[in-house]
Amino acid sequence: MIELQLPVSEEEIRKLRVGDEVGINGTMITARDAAHKYLIEESPDFIRSYLENSLIYHCGPVVKQSAGKWSFVAAGPTTSIREEPYEATVIQNYQVRGVIGKGGMGEKTLSALKEYGAVYLHAIGGLATLLAESVQEVKDVFMLDEFGVPEAMWVIEVKNFPAVVTMDSHQKSLHSKIKADSREAAQRLIHPVM
Amino acid sequence: MKIEEQPLEDQVYELIVRASTDLPADVVNALHAAQQQESEDSPAKNVFSMLLKNVELARQNKTPICQDTGTNIYHIYYPAGVSTLQLKRVIQAATVRATENSILRPNVVDSVTGKNTGNNLGRENPFLQFEEWEQDHLRIELLLKGGGCENVSTQYKLPDSELEAGRDLNGVYKTVVDAVYNAQGLGCAPGILGVGVGGDRATSHLTAKKQLFRKLDDTNPDNKLAELESRLYTDLNSLGIGPMGFGGKTTVLGVKIGSAHRIPASYFVSIAYMCWAYRRHSLTIQNGEVKYD
Repeated sequence: MIELQLPVSEEEIRKLRVGDEVGINGTMITARDAAHKYLIEESPDFIRSYLENSLIYHCGPVVKQSAGKWSFVAAGPTTSIREEPYEATVIQNYQVRGVIGKGGMGEKTLSALKEYGAVYLHAIGGLATLLAESVQEVKDVFMLDEFGVPEAMWVIEVKNFPAVVTMDSHQKSLHSKIKADSREAAQRLIHPVM
Repeated sequence: MKIEEQPLEDQVYELIVRASTDLPADVVNALHAAQQQESEDSPAKNVFSMLLKNVELARQNKTPICQDTGTNIYHIYYPAGVSTLQLKRVIQAATVRATENSILRPNVVDSVTGKNTGNNLGRENPFLQFEEWEQDHLRIELLLKGGGCENVSTQYKLPDSELEAGRDLNGVYKTVVDAVYNAQGLGCAPGILGVGVGGDRATSHLTAKKQLFRKLDDTNPDNKLAELESRLYTDLNSLGIGPMGFGGKTTVLGVKIGSAHRIPASYFVSIAYMCWAYRRHSLTIQNGEVKYD
């Protein structure tokens, strides 16, 4: 297990390789569908300091509020590929060092990881209670009224947040490999040689 | 049968809590069996260990297994004389309460304005399907189906020349293999597949989703479908996609197929992909006795 402390430098991120298991510590921010569209279309400046040399977590949490303080109740990753049209530009414009999500992303994002020095980290889908426990504190929230709870941008402090590198800054993707291997197997089943 | 709203609202609330925070026994057993099968120290084995740890923790803490508490799909079987309007009211009230208590995420968005309703009520949400039956008791089944797996669910129209799939069960077989290949890990594999053969576009999907209320270890009463379920289960697990698409021996936990009659011009196959967080529970009320399963 590699400890990944945020904020993180480009140099540190480029050391990570597909298959590396990491435990993430520090401050990161959630952003999913509405937030990605917003980051591209409105280019908000106030958010820059939260993104620079940090990570974006594709997550729409279940939260609760007591005595004015928010906390995360359930917070697993959501499907990342929906952000494929936006992510490369977000990484470029905001110097984000990586994204955490599930399911992997496409060629455009993979190229951006290489060009700008970032990684794709895969968290386990459906691990909501366990991952919420690694969220030590909700530090702030943006666009809550506009986007609603799942889509708001939550600034969180995490400790030992577990994830696996499945796309690195060296043009490697576990997802492309599994897809290619399973394609052969699927073709043999669909078009058997008589 | 007379329905008293207040105790029933509490019972439906308890049903939602169980669905969101606890997996049924057959699913937990299947996850344990899958973990045993994966090779030592493989990423797949590690994924299953984490999943099972999360399931245990969610049960203890009474917190959601997955933050995407999904589309709430109800199948309600009721005896003659019960008011479905009253049942709807009760389910809506329990849904609002479960949302307030962070058992359900506010998950319902107005498709025109983009506004989250904040309480999980909206047009077609929760989704309620009522069926009057001849039995004397009330049965409410609930499935929480997340978006990741719903987005990889799909429908085919046979014949399909690319798949060389004709209008028969072998054609159905090919569509299911293709759908699971296309889904990769995106539906939070290992998946459970509900397959609907026939119907029109709408009833085909409904038939597929209805299969997800079956237990993993049941046997299809139709021999041909039972055989196809078992063939698909074995073959899909040879694809090597594995849990989360990390590679491994377990790509699906179950395949359940049902059929609906069709008109001669149409032959649809619908595939409802359910994620491993297979949150389905039921509530039965008979002679004042309440049972959860």
